[in-house]
Amino acid sequence: MFAFILRRAGQSVIAVIGLLVLVFFLSRLTGDPAYLYLPLDSSEAQRQAFSEAHGFNDPLVVQFGRYLVDLARFDFGDALSRNRPAMEVALEAFPQTLKLAAIAIVLSLCLAVVVGSLAAARPGSLFDKLATTASLAGASAPDFWVAIVAILVFSVGLGLLPTSGTGTALHWIMPIFVLTLRPFGLLVQVVRGTMMSALASPYVKTARAKGVNRSRIVFRHALRNSLLPVITVAGDLAASLVNGAVVVETIFGWPGIGKLMIDAIVRRDFALIQATVLVTAIAIFVLNIAIDLVYARLDPRIRFETR
Amino acid sequence: MTGTHLLEVKDLTVDFLSLGGSFRATNGVSFHVDAGETLVILGESGSGKSVSASAIMGLIDTPPGDICAGSVAYRGRDLSSLSEGERRDLNGRKIAMIFQDPLSHLNPVYTIGWQMEEVFSVHGVASGGVARQRAIDILRRVGIPEPEKRIDQYPHQFSGGQRQRIMIGMAIALRPEILIADEPTTALDVSVQAQILELLKKLQAEDGLAIIMITHDLEVAANMADRVIVMKSGRIVEEGEARAVFENPAHTYTRTLINALPHGDHEAPPKRGRPAGKPILEVRNIDKFYTLSSGFFAKPARLHAVKKLSFDVAAGETIGIVGESGSGKSTVARVLLGLNEASGGEALFHGRDILKMDRKELLAFRRKVQMVFQDPYSSMNPRMTVLDIVSEPWRIHKDILEKPRWRDRVTELLGLVGLNPEHAARYPHQFSGGQRQRIAIARALACDPELVVCDEAVSALDVSVQVQVIGLLAELRDRLGLAYIFITHDLPIVRHFADRIIVMKSGEIVEHATTEEIFRSPQHAYTRQLINATPKPKWQTAADAA
Repeated sequence: MFAFILRRAGQSVIAVIGLLVLVFFLSRLTGDPAYLYLPLDSSEAQRQAFSEAHGFNDPLVVQFGRYLVDLARFDFGDALSRNRPAMEVALEAFPQTLKLAAIAIVLSLCLAVVVGSLAAARPGSLFDKLATTASLAGASAPDFWVAIVAILVFSVGLGLLPTSGTGTALHWIMPIFVLTLRPFGLLVQVVRGTMMSALASPYVKTARAKGVNRSRIVFRHALRNSLLPVITVAGDLAASLVNGAVVVETIFGWPGIGKLMIDAIVRRDFALIQATVLVTAIAIFVLNIAIDLVYARLDPRIRFETR
Repeated sequence: MTGTHLLEVKDLTVDFLSLGGSFRATNGVSFHVDAGETLVILGESGSGKSVSASAIMGLIDTPPGDICAGSVAYRGRDLSSLSEGERRDLNGRKIAMIFQDPLSHLNPVYTIGWQMEEVFSVHGVASGGVARQRAIDILRRVGIPEPEKRIDQYPHQFSGGQRQRIMIGMAIALRPEILIADEPTTALDVSVQAQILELLKKLQAEDGLAIIMITHDLEVAANMADRVIVMKSGRIVEEGEARAVFENPAHTYTRTLINALPHGDHEAPPKRGRPAGKPILEVRNIDKFYTLSSGFFAKPARLHAVKKLSFDVAAGETIGIVGESGSGKSTVARVLLGLNEASGGEALFHGRDILKMDRKELLAFRRKVQMVFQDPYSSMNPRMTVLDIVSEPWRIHKDILEKPRWRDRVTELLGLVGLNPEHAARYPHQFSGGQRQRIAIARALACDPELVVCDEAVSALDVSVQVQVIGLLAELRDRLGLAYIFITHDLPIVRHFADRIIVMKSGEIVEHATTEEIFRSPQHAYTRQLINATPKPKWQTAADAA
């Protein structure tokens, strides 16, 4: 298993380097930062001096070489817009996103497994119809709309919850609710589908012939088999949340990495763009390896190629 | 007998509801079984034999199934009156069941120990270490070597025969009185089949089990049965003591089944002289390795699937390649058709090496050599009509036939393989398995081939249909001068069809002789084993033992 992780990490390093190259050059296509950071009436000479000071005048290849050398020394440059090391800023925002994403995905996964399994156990029942309708609504509702409506109802109308920011436990409720809704809706549908096919499988027939009761068949025999596709979808959803739920973070004024990334792009803060991309990329690669490990844990037929 | 049987099924009628209306799976089926005896329910696919067994276990889902009449009584107690809990208590404890395909019937994500211990724990008999020890004892009893170690392994780590042993062990764990075996050996090789049947008989003798065995295989039926019932289209057409039914079948359907047996004492068809034609295919020292796994740093593990294989095929000749699963017989076919690359050797078709052909040559070669696969359903596109399927080769090999004549030729080909030419507009799912295989043969014939490779072409078919399809192949051979390579795991089936037989084991030829020689004086022990693996009728073995 260790060899497997090592190999996956090796592959990931190659992919991360490719990504950084891409981000480095693409971000420099957005324009000259000098126009944003100096006053509108600054002279050409002042802009030249600014660019010279930050190294933007060198050929791109030279800038890239310098970036790589700095990277090798774990120097990620300074965030122009904040006058602080870029990585420090990124690492400050990332936990905020991570906490939100982790809570949302675990919550939606747990709820979806229970609701989806029960719906699949009695297809066509009232509970199944309710679950299917609710999950479809959850999966289709646009998150920005749900977020705004939630603010209108609970903050503006009822005055129960704060509109934005962090601090108290109350601040967490609405962002988590909005972020949980869509994954929950999607996952219920996946769980229901895979659980129905698992329940129709021959080994379930064997279990019934053995005299195993219904709930044990659903939650012991069928569940573990039907979780594999669910984990795939959940992993995908988790990756998009870790990436920063840009819209939701913006609406609720949540100081996460998604909001930071958008700010950095708008401010042409190249070092900060690169730092945020690097952090989220590493997080997603770690997530993917974790998913592979969960897979192998669930299904003994999956073996790491370590020989 | 004191009036009540151990298990008695009376007038069982089961309907299945579908969108197109309802379908009567069994119609007024009655039978019974008592301790220590074996009742065989014999029938081909769709005869309703499995439905009867599922009804006993309460495994029919309602809907779509509907038990509209009849009763199942265990020791005189009507099972339909049981609550769900009472039903569960009976399943596994008093009545147990094993199935056809043990791999899919074992839960892939739990160890076999977990699954065996569960039988004890859900019935409240034992748990923890006690259950584990009992599971180990049972594994030993059903013949799993080193049960202490293997109990923690998963189903995919066992062979097919071992998996069926595990299923049997799970079924007999609580010493049930009735064991229902639904086609328990159909998915297994013949030599393994014999072992499993022996195991069932041994357990029956030791525990006094009543066995209800469901099978389509007459030899298995004769080997196991004390009594037989024969089912067709949901009805019982014949029943009685096994020996009486097999030796003096009363119903025409039973007679058809028994006559369909490829061996037996009935007369052999007139012998064909060995075709004196020149060899069209010469296979020389073919080797094939499969790479099993290739790691980043690891040296790849290899499987030597075919080892230095040589044989030739003359025009109009039929070669049977016989072997059990894993013998490399299908790999040979795939290599010869250029579907897999060989690792070494040569295969000369009219003097040209197939393995070295370029794209154009290969295309021309594939016109002359066609293939018929085991599963006619998955080798046909379900969204294409029969007309499209049969005429597709002409779309690829454009010079065979111009488009306006396609319809006429398809009509002709369908007639040739014994199908109604008016059905050309239908889709594959509208045909039975045997008819689909006829469509596959018509498609193979569309290119006017010289050689047809049949890979287990009749294995998925019912016995009576097997005989019809082989009859068709033989007739086409004589009319069109075709040569065949007929690959099968069933040695007896090629007895009256093949001119020569190659017996393969672990990638090697163990015996290669004319069909007559193979059956008259098999030289290799493995060939003898394959011939003798066919189960003997119970009344004969009983007489031998006495």
